[in-house]
Amino acid sequence: MKTETQPATGGQTSGKQPSGRTRTSGGPAFALAIILPPRFTPERVRNDRRYRTLDKYRFIVGFLALPLLFYAVFVISPFLQAIYYSFTDWAGGASANFVGGDNYVKMWNDEKFWDSLQSSLLLLVVVPLITLVLGIFFAYMITAGGRHRRGQAISGVAGSSIYKIVYFFPQVLSIALIAVVWQQVYSSRSGLLNGLLGSVGLEGLEQRWLGGDYKLALFSTMAVIAWSFVGFYVVLFSAAMGAIPKDVYEAALLDGAGRAATFFRVTLPLIWDTVRTGWVYMGIQALDAFAVVLIMVPPHALKVTPVYLYERFREGQFGYATAIGVVLLVLSMIFTLIVMRIGRRDQIEY
Amino acid sequence: MGTNSVNRRDVVKATAAGLLAVPALGSLTSCATGGDEDTKAEKGKKSAKNPLGVKENAALQAYIFNGGYDDKYARFVSDMYEKRYPKAEVDQKKTERIATQVQPRIIKGDPPDVVNNSGAEMMSISKLVKNKQVSDVTELLDAPSWDDPDVKVRDTLVPGVLEMGQFGTDACYQLNIAQTVYGIWYSDTMLRDRLETEYPKTWDDMLALCKKAKKKGVHGWTYPAGHPRYMFFSMYSMFGQAGGRKQLDAFDYLEPNAWKTDAVKQVFEAYEELLAKKYVLTGFDGKNAHIEAQTAWTKGKAVFIPDGSWVENEAKDTTPKNFEMRVGASPSFDKGDPMPFGTLYAPPGEPYIIPAKASNRQGGLEWMRMMYSKKAAVNLFREVSSMPVVKGAIDGMELPPGVKSAQQAVKAAGDNIVIAFFKEWYADLWRVDFDSVIGKFMNGETSVKEAMNAMQKAADRTAKDPDVTKIKKS
Repeated sequence: MKTETQPATGGQTSGKQPSGRTRTSGGPAFALAIILPPRFTPERVRNDRRYRTLDKYRFIVGFLALPLLFYAVFVISPFLQAIYYSFTDWAGGASANFVGGDNYVKMWNDEKFWDSLQSSLLLLVVVPLITLVLGIFFAYMITAGGRHRRGQAISGVAGSSIYKIVYFFPQVLSIALIAVVWQQVYSSRSGLLNGLLGSVGLEGLEQRWLGGDYKLALFSTMAVIAWSFVGFYVVLFSAAMGAIPKDVYEAALLDGAGRAATFFRVTLPLIWDTVRTGWVYMGIQALDAFAVVLIMVPPHALKVTPVYLYERFREGQFGYATAIGVVLLVLSMIFTLIVMRIGRRDQIEY
Repeated sequence: MGTNSVNRRDVVKATAAGLLAVPALGSLTSCATGGDEDTKAEKGKKSAKNPLGVKENAALQAYIFNGGYDDKYARFVSDMYEKRYPKAEVDQKKTERIATQVQPRIIKGDPPDVVNNSGAEMMSISKLVKNKQVSDVTELLDAPSWDDPDVKVRDTLVPGVLEMGQFGTDACYQLNIAQTVYGIWYSDTMLRDRLETEYPKTWDDMLALCKKAKKKGVHGWTYPAGHPRYMFFSMYSMFGQAGGRKQLDAFDYLEPNAWKTDAVKQVFEAYEELLAKKYVLTGFDGKNAHIEAQTAWTKGKAVFIPDGSWVENEAKDTTPKNFEMRVGASPSFDKGDPMPFGTLYAPPGEPYIIPAKASNRQGGLEWMRMMYSKKAAVNLFREVSSMPVVKGAIDGMELPPGVKSAQQAVKAAGDNIVIAFFKEWYADLWRVDFDSVIGKFMNGETSVKEAMNAMQKAADRTAKDPDVTKIKKS
């Protein structure tokens, strides 16, 4: 976990500046110099102090132009178009009328939107917590949770390398597959879950996991999303923990730190940056939850905002749907800002 | 470049400057609403053999919904087309996601020539009509039919096909090919041999029958809780029976308090009683709920299931040989009902559209003309055992029990065929709102009153929503 330590002084001010205090008037020559390689650039221009700036930015532009163009065309421009369409009544036809904030007013008064948002926000708050806590716990167990072996300050629990692979399995499956599999697991008549409960004599706990109670469907969805992402975070956090030098642990050990103290005083602070990044990423995944909910949950039991948005599209209410999309964008940004703020700490270098 | 010293700050600055320049760039890129320019439709010479003026060598593209019907029945028509126009090639594609595949192309102005707009992901037809993205097919309806040049296509079709394509206009934008019979499906063997009774004509008889079945360890009803809107298939004609056509019109035209009438209450209460007495086999709540529920039904765990006529084909693999599948019209409440027992919810279904900007629009119309030929109708029936909308196409044929009983039900209903237009016009009101209201109701989470209120609220919201195109009485 190297942090950026490069000082922002920049080389140009300290660099040797050629004598050129001379204010050359060469406008056209200067303009030409933008495309000319240095060796063909007239000496006069090359000695101009402004030429250094030009040369530098020309260099940056040279390697940024293409990726930026792609980014602009395929990422930024759809965003801007979506924002534009959110102020229209576009219905998929050839024309779209500007309707101002009508879509947003409609959204404000749309009970179904608020219902869906409630589920989505719950997912946003709860799922990252579950996933990250589990991920960190498993990762800690894998890297530092085991017995102390001779000659090693820390080691994972027995079989940790196998666990690491097993945890990652769900990440290999496509999300659609996960949703289909879990739908079968949750099935109240032929599902694995109810079958298991029944076979160990816990028939009383059998539930209609998806089609019945609204809260239960939300809970079931949370469990599936957390299950499918935990593996990724185990690997991410293991890598972060693996990067912590062993001598830090040795020092803690010498000071008499137990496993819990080591974790809270040493490991967690040192991987905090990764946790924060993971949190943002997981939050956005949870806010989305589109595929899992669309495929797995019967539509009458649970609606999340992205699915609601999708249904607006299906009904040809493109203007309204994009307005919902814009709100989702704003929500993800607010969420990211909050996480980045509350998680801010001094960076530790090691 | 050795003299260059580039640091992160400079790069960030340059990037930001670049991205700020993007809005200008964004306005340059064409927006998604583009594509308004007229595309030239291929046209050939009209003749007696080619009444629609199809260009003989123009390729044709058809998108078929890949659902319970598969697409073999459509391939038959495509083959007919290729045989009739040997120089034309028919590119037939099948997909489960019609909207995903076709909608972008319609918006872009480069649509296929024939689209089977069906399935859970069909495009909103009201919106397509409003945006003028579908063709008026009056030209086809007035053309001579495939089998008899003296008879117009429109006269070969059963009633309802035209009405369902009109959407409050004089034109016709949608062509349905199969008549779906909705109702209460059962096994005659079960009724006759195991329960020793007859199909109930009144709701009281229905309850008595369920009681009898319960004693024998069979549930009276089952339904797919994962798709609770299936309940509509048996409820709809009951709304008509209890409240008359006035009630059904009130649904269609989103009239205030349409869902709060005594008729609606009576129907909901009937089902509440069914639930309260635990006559309903529940628990099929995944996405495959309809298959699970149908399988339980064909295995004799429940007597009745609300379903559509596709069930015979869909449940083919699990249906025992001596099952004797039947469909019954929903029982009535009493003799004074505004519409009698036998009232049947039997709309033409499986819609096709010809996109307005189809490059081979005439070819698309011709393809549909072939679809409405006796030959294709018979083939459709053979492939999917659904009743084609072509009059008399399957008369005299040996019919499987379900279809036969469906046909009898249509005959028995006579003029009392009812069609839920609001289901087509305001797809969401049925597919999402009714689904969710009835889902909670059948779970026992909401009372009759709450369900009625929720449905009324949804209808009111639809009526008020400026994004939903309203269809008025024509």
